[in-house]
Amino acid sequence: MADPHVAFDLEIPSDVEYIEGVVELARQRCRELKLSPTKCSLNVPVALSEALSNAILRGNGATGQQVRVRALVSDTDLVFEVVDEGPGFDLDQCTQDCTTEENLTKEEGRGLFLMRRLMDRVESFRNKGNVVRLTLHRE
Amino acid sequence: MSFSIKKQGEVVVVDVEGQLIVGNRQELKQKVLDELEKGEKKFLIDFSQTGYIDSSGLGVLVSLSKKIREQGGELRLANLNDDLQTLFELTKLDTLFQISDTRERALESF
Repeated sequence: MADPHVAFDLEIPSDVEYIEGVVELARQRCRELKLSPTKCSLNVPVALSEALSNAILRGNGATGQQVRVRALVSDTDLVFEVVDEGPGFDLDQCTQDCTTEENLTKEEGRGLFLMRRLMDRVESFRNKGNVVRLTLHRE
Repeated sequence: MSFSIKKQGEVVVVDVEGQLIVGNRQELKQKVLDELEKGEKKFLIDFSQTGYIDSSGLGVLVSLSKKIREQGGELRLANLNDDLQTLFELTKLDTLFQISDTRERALESF
C-alpha cells in the first residue's frame, strides 16, 4: 500500500472568515477523488468546518495566530489534520449528546457531536500544537 | 453567501444563499431580530439555495426559533436538500422545527 500523499498543507490566520475557502478547497479534492456526493457536500464540509472553528475560537482563542490544516490521501482514507496553538482538549469529555431533550434546544454543543457522526474517526492529540485528526474512509 | 429578506403576505421570507456558518450566522440573526423588533411574527427560512450549515448555523436557528416564539410568533423552514435533511435528522432538529418541502407549502401552513 502506498504512503499517504499530501493533498494540501496550509497555514491560515486564526479568523473564521478563512474557513469557507479551506472547506471549498477540501470539497474540490473530494470531487477529484470521486468521493460520494454526500461525502463531498455534507460529511467533509461540515466536519472540517467544525474542526476549523473549534481551532480558531476555542483552541487559539484570542491569543493564537495561525491554524495549520493538512489533507492526506491514502488508498483507503482521506485524513484532515487541523492544528492550533491551544492547550488541547479531551474529545470524550467535551462531546455532548445534542439530541437529548435537555440539550436539543441549546444554541451550542453540536460541533464535536457532528464531527464524530460525520467522520469515521476523530482523534485529538498534541504534536507541535493541538491536533484534531479527522479520518474518512474513501469508500 | 448572503441573506435576502422579503415579505410574502404576512410572512417574512429569508433566503439563505450559500453557507450558513460561523462566519455569517450573526448577520442572519440580526436581520431576523430586526424584523421581529418591527413587529413581524411569521418567519420562513428557505434553504433552496443553501450549501451547507455548520453547528453555529444550526444554533442560530434554534436561538431565533426561541426568540420568535417568546414574542408570540413562529419560525418555519423550507426546502432542505437531502444533505441538510440528514443534518437535521442527525441532530434531531427535524423534531424541533416545522419543515416543508416547498416554499408554497410552508407559506400555506401558517
